[in-house]
Amino acid sequence: MAVSLALSGVARLGSRIGRSHQLIRSIHKRGVSSCIDPSHGLSEEQKEFQKVAFDFATNEMAPHMAEWDQKEIFPVEVLRRAAQLGFGGIYVQPDVGGSGLSRLDTSVIFEALSTGCVSTTAYISIHNMCVWMIDTFGNTEQREKFCPDLCLMEKFASYCLTEPGSGSDAASLTTSAQLKGDHYILNGSKAFISGGGDTDVYVVMCRTGGKGPKGISCLVMGWNSQPTRALIFEDCAVPVANLLGVEGQGFNIAMRGLNGGRINIASCSLGAAQASVQLARDHLLVRKQFGETLSNNQFLQFKLAEMATKLVASRLFVRQAATALQENRSDAATLCAMAKLFATDECFNICNQALQMHGGYGYLKDYAVQQFVRDSRVHQILEGTNEVMRMIVSRNLLSEI
Amino acid sequence: MSGRVLVGVKRVIDYAVKIRVKPDHSGVVTEGVKHSMNPFCEIAVEEAVKMKEKKLIKEVVVVSCGPQQVQETIRTALAMGADRGIHVEVPAKEYESLGPLQVSKILAALAKKEEAQLVILGKQAIDGDCNQTGQMTAALLDWPQGTFASEVTLEGDKVKVVREIDGGLETIKINTPAVLTADLRLNTPRYATLPNIMKAKKKKIANVKPADLGVDLTSRLEVLRVDEPPQRQAGVKVETVDDLVGKLREAGRI
Repeated sequence: MAVSLALSGVARLGSRIGRSHQLIRSIHKRGVSSCIDPSHGLSEEQKEFQKVAFDFATNEMAPHMAEWDQKEIFPVEVLRRAAQLGFGGIYVQPDVGGSGLSRLDTSVIFEALSTGCVSTTAYISIHNMCVWMIDTFGNTEQREKFCPDLCLMEKFASYCLTEPGSGSDAASLTTSAQLKGDHYILNGSKAFISGGGDTDVYVVMCRTGGKGPKGISCLVMGWNSQPTRALIFEDCAVPVANLLGVEGQGFNIAMRGLNGGRINIASCSLGAAQASVQLARDHLLVRKQFGETLSNNQFLQFKLAEMATKLVASRLFVRQAATALQENRSDAATLCAMAKLFATDECFNICNQALQMHGGYGYLKDYAVQQFVRDSRVHQILEGTNEVMRMIVSRNLLSEI
Repeated sequence: MSGRVLVGVKRVIDYAVKIRVKPDHSGVVTEGVKHSMNPFCEIAVEEAVKMKEKKLIKEVVVVSCGPQQVQETIRTALAMGADRGIHVEVPAKEYESLGPLQVSKILAALAKKEEAQLVILGKQAIDGDCNQTGQMTAALLDWPQGTFASEVTLEGDKVKVVREIDGGLETIKINTPAVLTADLRLNTPRYATLPNIMKAKKKKIANVKPADLGVDLTSRLEVLRVDEPPQRQAGVKVETVDDLVGKLREAGRI
């Protein structure tokens, strides 16, 4: 072939020649549609979205995923390039610069991007959640002031709910916001803020009223950041005009944001699992022990089949929940919680088993599979721990009608 | 000048796919295999779209020949910024024997019909590797050709083309209308953006039959057999230079 692109042969074990190349080639190599192909059941247009996201992940993200992890880099340039393709505000309305796509389109896109770098895609999804909150609950001035720059990722956003003293019990947060004239004065601190320190716009849930969820409001603020990951507010003044919605609506806004956020994070887990299954499959076809390739070992064949089955089950669940959310169905919030619970648990297990199949090699940082394991592990915790997901589901089942 | 550029695109098996020969050796397996736009065609589309963005031309029309599936490829070009598409319908059976001669006849007919100022193609398709369609199209139209283009500059009613040739780079200046074929380093194709993918849905794709263009699709070529390249044989180690020379003589190589 005259195309001067280097096509490596079968991935060599222990090779240090760009393990990202191992990942890129293996994802494309077979080319024949298999049961885990994520484009099954999608419309032509969705397949186009998926292709762009996938190509972007392969060309712009996968080659750097290890370096970003090792050097703890927040890849601003690549994120901005992603935003130029429309990934900065995927389900935000077009009049303020968003792409106006559905929740299902969004899930498909994040799943594809995640095969390039899970943690960067998780950040993109959190950014999207914040822009959506401003788009949905903001007034005209707020939407026009914040959304266009955020959609292009000229500015980056962070979602600030969790505090050192309130994680799962989010409604007990204590960061206070006292109204003084035309400003709210904030005091308190936030923890585990994704992007915190590198981002420009903070969507902060704080207490303006009494105890519990009804006393919480949502404020949007800018920041001249220093690189800190915990946000500490000391008599911090925020203009009243930056109140999103009305006082006391903050908890509801936060939870509505999280419904979509949960689908997005679950989609990131799907991408990690998809990539891991392909890596495992390719390894089984190459690695030989006891005189034959691992792919002839029935235990591993069955294990791979189980991984594939759980992956497709997770994917179907997440896409169904996305559709329910798009249609505003009454069961949408619970379904999103169930999908997040199921998919993040199953996909972490899939990544973990894929690592196991690689044996000792799976543990080496040269191999991508360990990064998928580490990056997908946190999805069982953030955006509401999987224990909190169980609370949401059981509450729905046991509530008096 | 019409300010219209015709870009030909081909749907081929994706470059990263492992090719398998059909058991009956009549061709390669295409069923269920991932396809995408020929990489050189992507470069051709990108060049045309860039010219339009610089307001050097007015309209980019993308054309592809084949069965229903080629519409996907036309849509991808529309999502990259082409204005409208033309699908030349060739049924699957006849598509198997469609080659550069027939395609160049079709493109020549369309170039005349659309009053194209330029026809831009990829230098070759990665399945056939023929590197003929651009040249044949130019010959049929009796237009100048700028092939293996790694740089294209429009200068009034002429085009300056820097061509990649064996010895290095050759710069030529040709009159328009002309046929150009894109080489690897001409540009880096853009990703389609989400908004452009949605806009592409509304862009028109016209359906045309080869007969309407007065083109006869009969092939003058018949594929007898398709085989995989022979498996690489193990080499033979020799101890001395004399042994090596002796072995080469035995094999009739020297």
